[in-house]
Amino acid sequence: MRLSIQGGRIVDPATGLDQAVDLHLADGRILTLGARPDGFVPDRVIDARNRIVCPGLVDLRARLREPGQEHKATIASESRAAAAAGITTLCCPPDTDPVIDTPAVAELIHQRAAQAGMSRVEVLGAMTQGLDGRRLAEMGALGKAGCLGISNAGRPIESTEMVRYAMEYAASFGLTVFLHPQDPWLGRERHAHEGAVATRLGIAGLPEVAETIGLARDLLLVEHTGVRAHFCHLSTLRGVEMLAEALQRGLSVTADVNAHHLHLTEMDTVDFDSNCHLRPPLRTQQDMQGLRAGLARGTLSAIASDHQPHEPDAKLNPFTDTEVGASGLETLLPLSLRLVDADVLGLSTALAALTVNPSRILGIEAGTLAPGVRGDVCVFDPEAYWTLAPEAMASRGHNSPFLGWELKARVTHTLIEGRVVYERTESEDL
Amino acid sequence: MTLETAEITGLLEGMGAGLRELLARKGREAPLMVGIRTGGVWVAKRLHGQLDLETPLGELNINFYRDDFTRIGLHPQVQPSNLPFQVDARHILLVDDVLHTGRTIRAALNEIFDYGRPASVALAVLVDRSGRELPIQADVVGKRLDLGPGEHIKLTGPEPLMLQLQRAT
Amino acid sequence: MRSANLQLDENGRLRHFLTIEGLDQALLLHILDTAESFVGVGERAVKKVPLLRGKTIVNLFFEPSTRTRTTFELAAKRLSADLLTINVSASATSKGESLLDTMRNLEAMHCDMFVVRHATSGAAHFMARHVAPHVSVVNAGDGRHAHPTQAVLDMFTIRRAKGDFTSLRVAIVGDILHSRVARSQIHALTTLGAPEVRVIAPGTLLPSKVETLGVHVYHDLERGLKDVDVVIMLRLQRERMQSGLLPSEHEYFHFYGLTKERLRVARPDVIVMHPGPLNRGVEIDSDVADGAHSVILQQVTYGIAVRMAVMSLALGSHASGEGGEA
Repeated sequence: MRLSIQGGRIVDPATGLDQAVDLHLADGRILTLGARPDGFVPDRVIDARNRIVCPGLVDLRARLREPGQEHKATIASESRAAAAAGITTLCCPPDTDPVIDTPAVAELIHQRAAQAGMSRVEVLGAMTQGLDGRRLAEMGALGKAGCLGISNAGRPIESTEMVRYAMEYAASFGLTVFLHPQDPWLGRERHAHEGAVATRLGIAGLPEVAETIGLARDLLLVEHTGVRAHFCHLSTLRGVEMLAEALQRGLSVTADVNAHHLHLTEMDTVDFDSNCHLRPPLRTQQDMQGLRAGLARGTLSAIASDHQPHEPDAKLNPFTDTEVGASGLETLLPLSLRLVDADVLGLSTALAALTVNPSRILGIEAGTLAPGVRGDVCVFDPEAYWTLAPEAMASRGHNSPFLGWELKARVTHTLIEGRVVYERTESEDL
Repeated sequence: MTLETAEITGLLEGMGAGLRELLARKGREAPLMVGIRTGGVWVAKRLHGQLDLETPLGELNINFYRDDFTRIGLHPQVQPSNLPFQVDARHILLVDDVLHTGRTIRAALNEIFDYGRPASVALAVLVDRSGRELPIQADVVGKRLDLGPGEHIKLTGPEPLMLQLQRAT
Repeated sequence: MRSANLQLDENGRLRHFLTIEGLDQALLLHILDTAESFVGVGERAVKKVPLLRGKTIVNLFFEPSTRTRTTFELAAKRLSADLLTINVSASATSKGESLLDTMRNLEAMHCDMFVVRHATSGAAHFMARHVAPHVSVVNAGDGRHAHPTQAVLDMFTIRRAKGDFTSLRVAIVGDILHSRVARSQIHALTTLGAPEVRVIAPGTLLPSKVETLGVHVYHDLERGLKDVDVVIMLRLQRERMQSGLLPSEHEYFHFYGLTKERLRVARPDVIVMHPGPLNRGVEIDSDVADGAHSVILQQVTYGIAVRMAVMSLALGSHASGEGGEA
């Protein structure tokens, strides 16, 4: 299939390109940028005037709920929703049911994703068997089965010795560990940021030190073992500072932030809105500013959706009795670009956090539009305003804290391996 | 139309005489007087003095016995009821300013009976106006008035006491 | 704040009673004044008024309670309402119906009011948000968040003893961290204009950033009680020792228990309050609990009048139209 995308503004942070040029694809790959090659007759031409054309987005952390929780969502439904949001590669944490601690589960997910034919789904393998924090998982086999890294999915590992062994073992297979910094004891049974708002609401709060102590432990062990490490969903200003310090010392670490932490704080929970019941919790204004600054400076190099779709019942209960997590695929791009509008980030930095940087973290060939690379492309209208309404969401999970928000930027076309897998039609406009 | 204090004083004297006559005729001894807040209490204070009753005046707030809770909710509160005596087997003189539909008196009777079982209740009102909706009558009346639709009579006080006729538009 | 609007209807009348937070001084005083009218009812031969006749009130208790439940029961009965008490044990809910389903089933039986006690903060708000338009929700205690009727009866007790809030020093002593009563009392006192509200507790029993509620923090009981007009003692639960927050009851009583000697630094006419039930010898000595300064039993009496006032105001807010004639 030959395809040309004409008239758009190409922004590819990986190559530094930001220019109005045409893009041509063939045989599932990027062919060339610029003038149409001699003899190239496209089967389809996409009119991308007034659009931005960027590499398909790479989402570091999205839960697809399959296998095990198909009542919430499935690989088919969520990879389709991701495609509608311009996300062409998703990475799924290992806390499925059964857990991704055997190659069979990894293969199952890859197969289902291939069948759906939408976004590419990568997986992380479990760090411990059953994510129980006590016995190492067969990381060698998991790596061979295609897991891009190892994670304990946020389930606590109490034994420091165990964390050390897991890192040393992963390092020997060249696997990256994806860490969720949290002290196992300070983080138990806690539901909101420990501070003025949680005190008012009478909710047991998760203190800042739960993250920073966990981060301190993990950073020192990373340094000690030499494993390549990525820190997931930092949520504190102090945590960002600690990470910056580690980078300055030359440690090979990266970190991401959840998109919703860049726009919401503890104040958004004053009504006991269960869509704001998240982990890590929404913290203070200063923490939010610190996360934004961390992105701007490059301490945090990626923005993730941390997509956790839920069925309605999971959120229809008093706050702390609800399940944690927000549906985040559809807001990933607009929330990231909102920072550009707010002059926090440049466009290239924002898109890098969604394309080239997460690709490098996962170690995959994606997140760029260089010739020869897989034809994963996102075309979006940067000026389109729309309101997030539950009925119109593509994901099965409508549990977003941004319901009713007016957002800017809407995906018009998504290509995966050179095929148009999503195209916005008039009837979808609200 | 307005009735000034002088005329009201005259009406009150007439009521006092009427009450004395009723008590003698029916042989009711040591009566207890109860005024319905707020206007009825003003009138009752005057009558209580005239009859020179020993037991202090009782004051009734009928807000919890009204029949219009579903329509207008809880009324803004006036002072709570205060009956500083036992009601059982006593003769009650119930006093109000204006008798109109009869609903206030029904509520007052229900409330008094929740305090105990009186031997009798006699009703004295300053103004008995047309518009009864319940079978209630006064035993002693200061002045009878036939009013049309949209006309209301209101007692203002406590000092000076004045009756004013209002025409609603 | 949206929760204040959740409690009030478009006319600013109290429709649900969920938390003191967000209610203004005028409304709080109105509730206290309304309660005054109901006090006398309990002292009569017939302890009933027909105000809520024909209304159905459901006590929905997800946490066990004797005292609060019985006062709500008495309050409803003295208003001539029909009352249903449902005690839902924790295990039943984990296996069975969701909170939402329980509520919907009761609504289908045409109930007018839910009085809810639940172990989770925000439970009453959740119910109020999902309840049918003609139904009112009264919070009888949700997790650590609020116990507004307790706070109102405490304010009622204080007003009866002291008259005016604007010159009072009030100290709340004990496990503030876990106390919904303390949170509601603090909001009520600050709203009613008490110039100084103190919390006295060891660090492990104080919530994070508690000063933002408008209180002064003391760790020393004697310093905290100096010159106060009102002392409110909170109950200390056994679990606090087990979960590592305190070493022993013995040490707690030694440093934070209210004894006659300790009380001497307060004003000579100080009143001592306790929401109950008492742990004698743990947070309070018997001779204080039963002594001249104690108004603990009055709190219990006033609790009924206060709940009658809250129920009447909330159900009265659904009134439909024009007034009646006299």
